[in-house]
Amino acid sequence: MPRISYAHGMLSMLIIAFLIYSVSIYCMQITEKNPASNAAQKGKLIWQEKNCIACHQLYGLGGHLGPDLTHTAGEKPEAYIKAFLKTGTKVMPDFKLQEQEIDALIEFLKYTDQTGYAHPRSFIIHSNGTVSAPTKN
Amino acid sequence: MVPYLRPQKINHIHFLYTGLSFLGFGLFFGICAALQYVFPGIGRDLFSFEKLRPLHVSAVVFWIIMTAIGSMLTYIQQHQQEKFRYQSTIPWVYFLFTITFVSILTSYAMGIFGGREYWEFHPLFAIPILIGWILCILLVLQNLSIKKRQPVYVWMWLTGLCFFLFTYVESYMWLIPFFRNNLVKDMTIQWKSYGSMVGSWNMILYGSSIFLMQKISEDTRYSHSKISFLLYFLGLFNLMFNWGHHIYTLPTANYIKHIGYLVSMTELLIFGRILWLWKGSISTAKKHFHHKAYQFLLAADIWVFLTLGLAIGMSIPALNIWIHGTHVVVAHTMGASIGINSMLLLGYCYDILHPKASKQRPSSLRENWGYLLIQFCLAVFWISLIIAGIMKSYWQFNPSPVPYSGMLQNARVWFVLFFLSGIGLCIGFIKVLSPLFSRKQAC
Repeated sequence: MPRISYAHGMLSMLIIAFLIYSVSIYCMQITEKNPASNAAQKGKLIWQEKNCIACHQLYGLGGHLGPDLTHTAGEKPEAYIKAFLKTGTKVMPDFKLQEQEIDALIEFLKYTDQTGYAHPRSFIIHSNGTVSAPTKN
Repeated sequence: MVPYLRPQKINHIHFLYTGLSFLGFGLFFGICAALQYVFPGIGRDLFSFEKLRPLHVSAVVFWIIMTAIGSMLTYIQQHQQEKFRYQSTIPWVYFLFTITFVSILTSYAMGIFGGREYWEFHPLFAIPILIGWILCILLVLQNLSIKKRQPVYVWMWLTGLCFFLFTYVESYMWLIPFFRNNLVKDMTIQWKSYGSMVGSWNMILYGSSIFLMQKISEDTRYSHSKISFLLYFLGLFNLMFNWGHHIYTLPTANYIKHIGYLVSMTELLIFGRILWLWKGSISTAKKHFHHKAYQFLLAADIWVFLTLGLAIGMSIPALNIWIHGTHVVVAHTMGASIGINSMLLLGYCYDILHPKASKQRPSSLRENWGYLLIQFCLAVFWISLIIAGIMKSYWQFNPSPVPYSGMLQNARVWFVLFFLSGIGLCIGFIKVLSPLFSRKQAC
């Protein structure tokens, strides 16, 4: 049955290509000027435990009830962010966060701010349909 | 214990009824979540959005998983035309999934999270799901001969099952600090796994739909044809490599984005094929429209066309940048999960649980209002999300003093329409599902 063996060959080739592609992604080097500090790493776990992504976004990925927070720490003063985290808003509940948890979340947001550009309007559109973002200095 | 649920009596039919129950929960929590867009802050302290969204999304994912497995097991039995081997494994898979899924929803209601978007549950819950999935793969492998020449749907079932396992494990790589502590790398792998995971369950669903269509038309030629295998490989190619279109704005490696862009464009072949076969589809539709299960397959076909068109547009980075992070992406997800996945699953439910529906006389408008209400409300739902997304896009590209909440307020009329059409969808689903519950005909 030549068609079936052709299909098996095709499947094997695709799987090999997929595995090579996957490993290349696991091993890719993404250098960060300011790697995540211990506090930022802790903040990321709190971000997950409180399920912040249900309402907020990072790099445009996440929920839509609240704003994208990728660059909030770079654009708003720390006291402003703290006030939100301490009491919540009309829509956002008060998560009864402890002081260390608030600090860790702010460290995480400072870290995300340094990882790149997320504002769609900052992207340059090329004639071949691709886009590029300015690099973060 | 209720006799109906005695372990030795558990079979694939129970997956379908449990899946339908999760659909009910998904619809209910979806309405509650949508209410928060219409009346911001309602239920803020009791059931806020960070609880309602995962309750809604996970219940719908569980509906898809349970029903996809139940229908696939049924169709494998029908395909093999022999007694199912290792039947005793089925209750294990069923109870592992059902108990875990109910526990996950309960944990959300209690505010216990720890995972990530779409899999927000505590990582410990991932273990029973993983065991259940491996058992399911073993069960299927024991019942399908991979040595003999198999039709394309068998390839699709096995591919979907194996790739789901791979991508599911991959989605938990964040537990390793090496991956977790670099945000960009972590998000790249997260969206790599999610993009392929959706493709995996679509493989299972499309495999079942080819089997069902073959059963309705009594024509086995397509499932062995060259074109069916070509489309299978095209789908697999996209499953593996097109996910880069989710992360064009992420500062990850450029080759990922370029591969995602190029591979996504091959979907134009599928889009073109749908257009090419449009006339033939109409005559097939006229021939089989009285068949209840076929009606759902037809609806899924139309939603494939609309959702694929939107997806191809979104896969062009220059267009993606305008709608990324807006409700247009939500419209795409809803179109895919309700319009395609749920329509296909309802088709399988009707075929398996209510086979007599296929022998009834042609459906009149009066008898069919639940089905038509779903299609109409889904269209309104879809369009209102797209318009709300365009308004958000305009806000993103035109910096103004209007805060985020003000932008949402400006789009409120579209969210009201979205909410009302959501209620219409629920009514339509209740009408469509009621015959399945009122006369259980497990076969």
